[in-house]
Amino acid sequence: MLSNKFWRLFAVSILWSISYLAQAEWIFNMTPGVTEISRSVYDLHMIILIICIVIAVIVFGVMFYAMLKHRKSQGAVAENFHENTMVEIIWTIIPFIILIGMAIPATKTLAEIYSKEPSDVTVEIVGYQWKWRYRYLDDDPEKEVSFFSNMSTDQKEIDNQSPKSEFYLLEVDEPLVLPTNTRVRFLITANDVIHSWWVPDLAVKKDAIPGIINEAWTKIDIEGLYRGQCAELCGQAHGFMPIVVDARSPENFQQWLADKQQASMAEASLSDKTWTQAELMAKGETVYQTFCAACHQINGEGIQGAFPGLKGSKIALGPVENHLDMVIDGVTGTAMQAFGAQLSDTDIAAVITYERNAWGNDTGDMVTPQNVIEFKTGQ
Amino acid sequence: MTTAIQGHESHGPAKGLTRWLYTTNHKDIGTLYLWFSLAMFFLGGIFALVIRAELFQPGLQLVQPEFFNQMTTMHGLIMVFGAVMPAFVGLANWMLPIMVGAPDMALPRMNNLSFWILPFAFAMLTSTLFMDGGAPNFGWTFYAPLSTTYAPPSVTFFIFSVHIMGASSIMGAINIIATIFNMRAPGMTWLKLPLFVWTWLITSFLLIAVMPVLAGVVTMMLMDIHFGASFFNAAGGGSPVLFQHVFWFFGHPEVYIMILPAFGIVSAIIPTFSRKKLFGYVSMVYATGSIAFLSFIVWAHHMFTVGIPLAGELFFMYSTMLIAVPTGVKVFNWVATMFRGSITFETPMLFSIAFVVLFTIGGFSGLMLAVAPADFQYHDTYFVVAHFHYVLVPGAVFSIMAAVYYWLPKWTGNMYDEKLGKFHFWLSFIGVNVTFFPQHFIGLAGMPRRIPDYALQFADMNMVSSLGAFLFGASQLVFLWVVIKTIRGGEKAPNKPWEGAEGLEWTLPSPTPYHTFSTPPKID
Repeated sequence: MLSNKFWRLFAVSILWSISYLAQAEWIFNMTPGVTEISRSVYDLHMIILIICIVIAVIVFGVMFYAMLKHRKSQGAVAENFHENTMVEIIWTIIPFIILIGMAIPATKTLAEIYSKEPSDVTVEIVGYQWKWRYRYLDDDPEKEVSFFSNMSTDQKEIDNQSPKSEFYLLEVDEPLVLPTNTRVRFLITANDVIHSWWVPDLAVKKDAIPGIINEAWTKIDIEGLYRGQCAELCGQAHGFMPIVVDARSPENFQQWLADKQQASMAEASLSDKTWTQAELMAKGETVYQTFCAACHQINGEGIQGAFPGLKGSKIALGPVENHLDMVIDGVTGTAMQAFGAQLSDTDIAAVITYERNAWGNDTGDMVTPQNVIEFKTGQ
Repeated sequence: MTTAIQGHESHGPAKGLTRWLYTTNHKDIGTLYLWFSLAMFFLGGIFALVIRAELFQPGLQLVQPEFFNQMTTMHGLIMVFGAVMPAFVGLANWMLPIMVGAPDMALPRMNNLSFWILPFAFAMLTSTLFMDGGAPNFGWTFYAPLSTTYAPPSVTFFIFSVHIMGASSIMGAINIIATIFNMRAPGMTWLKLPLFVWTWLITSFLLIAVMPVLAGVVTMMLMDIHFGASFFNAAGGGSPVLFQHVFWFFGHPEVYIMILPAFGIVSAIIPTFSRKKLFGYVSMVYATGSIAFLSFIVWAHHMFTVGIPLAGELFFMYSTMLIAVPTGVKVFNWVATMFRGSITFETPMLFSIAFVVLFTIGGFSGLMLAVAPADFQYHDTYFVVAHFHYVLVPGAVFSIMAAVYYWLPKWTGNMYDEKLGKFHFWLSFIGVNVTFFPQHFIGLAGMPRRIPDYALQFADMNMVSSLGAFLFGASQLVFLWVVIKTIRGGEKAPNKPWEGAEGLEWTLPSPTPYHTFSTPPKID
């Protein structure tokens, strides 16, 4: 009776855990993803996993059998054998054959991943500490679209001061928009340290290495939002540079790209505009938070010993030329990058204006985009 | 003359601190290495618990990301160079001369030096935690340019301490090779050597081959940082990928340096408690040699995502998969040794059996990682973290604990408390699996390694993993207690406390006299 009850309970608990595992499979296993490649990678993963499990069951089965049956307390007396050439040859050759069986599909998938076919869209991906820049290459440089993609999760959520949203740490201000059913080529590099661009649903993970341009490609089948993260340790905010891919139909993508091109041409004309101090301060604050605050901190105080503070610093309170030089050319051999090529003239003007007037640095100075252009041409 | 020599032989160790400072006795130096390694194991363990405590829940609770990175870096460096490697060197110091029937190591003064520079290296490394800009924060693999251009100033101290550790390892390796080659008792032929001696001999050659490479790579970093060289700086014509090639040419043999001696230990313990000779002794020696050779031609499997060409990926994928063959042979041999034996389950045997099972699980995930296309999904995720912790913790660390329980009666003359030993084993066994098994799932689900905070879908498994880590950490206090208790007293150990044990160490009294085999033993 008791054993009957036990087995019923046992069966129920097994069923329950299977259904739980099935529901929550995505938490426990690799995603099959949304591309042909990601599916063959998933299949490969499952094949090897199953082979390993089968081998484990056999080997550990023999071992546990010995542990149960050949124990001294069971009266087992040790036998004398300690070698057998035939057996040893067999258990060298069989694993070798299994390995060949694994290597064949792996080689095929790898060759597909490395295949070079013409692609319709090419995106340059550049890793920065700690954000991604995407640039849609075009034969006409006027029509190139380029933007930074930053994590948009609120610092308060990270500091446990407000509830965490559904896509905590996996959301960005501007996702990478890609067309479905189109072969997209990625050219991947980095500006400072090594990063790694990884979106599990695409099965693309490629290191972004300064000085080297890596190539990868994808062809997405299904529209949707796909999230990933930087996979190579790249400094303190390594855990806070997510990737979001927004896959849309080719028509929607073309429309989006055209709108972006319009917008970036409008942005380019901003340096001719006459700016007021308040406008520059407002824009500067946004630029500062995106590009500078990770090191110099929101309060401008930096991190003792690692990153200098700007509040009351010699650069922020001294001559404007030195400040321009610092931001535009950076400091070689340190984490301070040369922002001259990264930021627009307007952004540089705004951020310098901000830094010279925020946190009680009240110099009253105003630096305009024209000042930046003059400084650059004067160099 | 004769009386003088006899007088010399009968004297025991010097008294006080100078005994340990000036000692050239292999047993004393072995003891020093083992205590040092245990201290580092606890220090590295505390760092690990800081990491797991921060990862207990999503959000930042205890530490800032910058400090978190220092913890991951210091945990890795201290465990690899401070805990696992010195523990094996300590075991080698204690046991190798006895196993080959020698009175001491071949180069006793160098032996003293190779130990005594280590505390300075680690004191210096640990002191970086208190420096301006903090400790090294670039991971134990210290990839350039994060470790050069973008490193905190303390990187220079890190480089110096790595140099000292390397010098210590090279001296230790030379000493072991010299001892095994020159000091074997008459009749101790190559194929009579215990496997622990064989695996350490091969490990020593690996050390001599790759430690200079590590010294080279950190020196190149030093040049980049202080002398304006550009080995790893793309802007100066160098390449960050060069760093990874040189590092992993050291790094892959290094991981075998941490596992080959473990194979030797387990190959001594399993036959003892199965009361049956080791199955396939000769194939064990060849398998160890093959693994050592293969370790030199697989390094770029750590770099599948850096963009090496297809031919390179295929070469490193195939060569890596090949490692499964000799490793499989070893596992089959251990199982065949147990098969039809007469098995008992004392603490050393429990740790050894757990070693075989859990190390093999680590081997399976290693095989999965070898498959390059799948590696694109596994690389730099918690799947990798789970993999190498399975081969290092229930692999290398369990083998060290097995060895300590196995030889502790010989070293101290007292039997350890079997009940406490088993208690320690079961706590550790449960702790290690609860910690690291869920990390496979977290990795497959897509959580990158070395992040201080994570997305919400990883929360449950991270909590489980952290709970396991605290259990595992706490259970090591039991280990410390067992060791201290055994040193202080207990049931007296006979010369050969284990019924099925073989080897010269069991012909000696327990505890071993300060000087042993001053006249070589007879080998049948």
